[in-house]
Amino acid sequence: MELLANLGIGLSTSLTPLNLLYCLAGVFLGTLIGVLPGLGPTATIAMLLPVTFTLPPVSALIMLAGIYYGSQYGGSTTSILVNVPGEAASVVTALDGYQMARQGRAGAALTTAAVGSFFAGTVATIILALFAPPLAAVALKFGPAEFFSLMVLGLLASIVLARGSLLHAAGMVVLGLLLGLVGTDVNSGIQRFTFGLLRLADGIGFVVVAMGMFGLAEITRNLENEEDRSMVVNKVSSLMPTREDWKRMIGPILRGTGIGSALGILPGSGSILGSFAAYAIEKKVSKNSKEFGRGAIEGVAAPESANNAGAQTSFIPMLTLGIPSNPVMALMIGAMIIQGIQPGPSVITEQPKLFWGIIVSMWIGNLFLVVLNLPMIGLWVRLVSVPYQLLYPAILVFCGIGVFSLNNTEFDVYAMAFFALVGYLFVKLDCEPAPMLLAYILGPMMEEYMRRALLLSRGDPTVFFTRPISATLLALGALAVIAASLPALHKKREEAFRE
Amino acid sequence: MNPIARNPKDFWTGLIYILVGAGALVISREYDMGTAVKMGPAYFPTILSVLLVGIGIISVLRAFIRSGSPIGVVAWKGLVLIVASTLLFGVVLRGAGVVIALPLLVIVSALASARFSWKTALLEAAGITVFCIVVFLKGLGVPLPILGSWFGN
Repeated sequence: MELLANLGIGLSTSLTPLNLLYCLAGVFLGTLIGVLPGLGPTATIAMLLPVTFTLPPVSALIMLAGIYYGSQYGGSTTSILVNVPGEAASVVTALDGYQMARQGRAGAALTTAAVGSFFAGTVATIILALFAPPLAAVALKFGPAEFFSLMVLGLLASIVLARGSLLHAAGMVVLGLLLGLVGTDVNSGIQRFTFGLLRLADGIGFVVVAMGMFGLAEITRNLENEEDRSMVVNKVSSLMPTREDWKRMIGPILRGTGIGSALGILPGSGSILGSFAAYAIEKKVSKNSKEFGRGAIEGVAAPESANNAGAQTSFIPMLTLGIPSNPVMALMIGAMIIQGIQPGPSVITEQPKLFWGIIVSMWIGNLFLVVLNLPMIGLWVRLVSVPYQLLYPAILVFCGIGVFSLNNTEFDVYAMAFFALVGYLFVKLDCEPAPMLLAYILGPMMEEYMRRALLLSRGDPTVFFTRPISATLLALGALAVIAASLPALHKKREEAFRE
Repeated sequence: MNPIARNPKDFWTGLIYILVGAGALVISREYDMGTAVKMGPAYFPTILSVLLVGIGIISVLRAFIRSGSPIGVVAWKGLVLIVASTLLFGVVLRGAGVVIALPLLVIVSALASARFSWKTALLEAAGITVFCIVVFLKGLGVPLPILGSWFGN
């Protein structure tokens, strides 16, 4: 019953008034940005990181986690009501959710999304609590060679799961690794790639990179075609689904939760892949597959459960191995490092309050989402109609002040502008920035592990292939890349991203 | 047809990778390479640079044999104004203070929108400036001057 004792620690940590408040603030802000189109969780978390640096580590991470899963939830509300997915993971929800709303069943769709999300969130939290400790225990036995290979696997997976060309994604990863090396080399004390700039001696701040490449570049991309957003907002009548609805949503919610939980752990995907896969599978197995696209409740229940489950389980590699599975988790790792916590398998034993506090607060946060958001739908709907030309200068202001306040220097503001330029350039060239940010966070760690592994093996590079766990991890990575580049699967992959 | 026109994305991406990789390779030569047992600061970056150049070369070669999609619309106005307003914000921030820097950032960036109007932009600039002074400067204690050193503060 160690689990119960651990959950007890978590409860006592997360139920303090202060942490409850930060959890609430997190899910509220998350829902807010999930509702606002053109503002994703990565940019928002980057924007709010400087604010959380002053908080205690547990509160900071509880709030950041709340923002992340809150945004998954908020995105679905606007998908259903106005056919504007506020967030990439809720694109598929719009297909059937909006149709339901047009048929006057907006309330039922919203409740389905809420119930599905809550159920998925609960299950995924239990999965996290059950599987994280044994995984961390295994990882504690890892040597430097295993960690190096694990990171290689993570990066290869992020290449496979990135949109667009595999080759370009691979280039982005290498570019990110190189970028991560800018600054002082810990072993020799030599400053690398700093061009003599004293400001670069500590490296380029990851918040600067993330805000530039995800925040500012995204704004520029949205300015390409400012679509007319005068839209019809569907009225919400009864929130209660019918008996028939309840019956029909059980299967999809269960399957969606399973698919989302499994895919969420994969590096590079998080919740987006889960919601697409859950929708596609539901469409195949459902008895009502003809109704899909015309307001099938299954088409709301499955992806909504999947994206919330995925958002929770993507914490598993971050909390147990110190390896981010998506850009949001990369930012969380960055936040931990700044708070003085070394991410990795020892977090669970050295920081039990932090670890279990985050897990329990996720469940509480999910509860907040259901209890608070259904009654607040009116507010969210009004927010969707904020015109983009008012929204983006405000985002820019928050990025500007936020990035300045990191080190109180204008240099970071200029660097952010530079990364906006770089980010937009790569968007136009079909190179996704997410793998680059992951690589950027992992770069210095990877070099350190490689150095140690080669030191232990007396310079023999075959150590990565002769140690069984390390070899297995590398083989898995190679398999993923080969599979993705096979002509048959390659086509499928392109189709999957186009949908 | 020339590869730049037929497959611009592969071509330009490849070229960028080659240039950055080659640049990093040249810079790495200034550092100590070390040995595999005792990796010097140049060891890892050298491996990465070579990898990046290799990926870049494949990408450029691919542009010669395979056609790709065009780059599409580029929001030049948006890009220039977003980057310029951010730089401008950094330049005047300490000198002029937030009372000048924030409205400048809001208005210059707002010019990028096709639906720009002076009335809403000025109103928004005023609103955001007041909000930021109250929340960030007074509330969270971000050390920024309301009126900067250029005004003798």
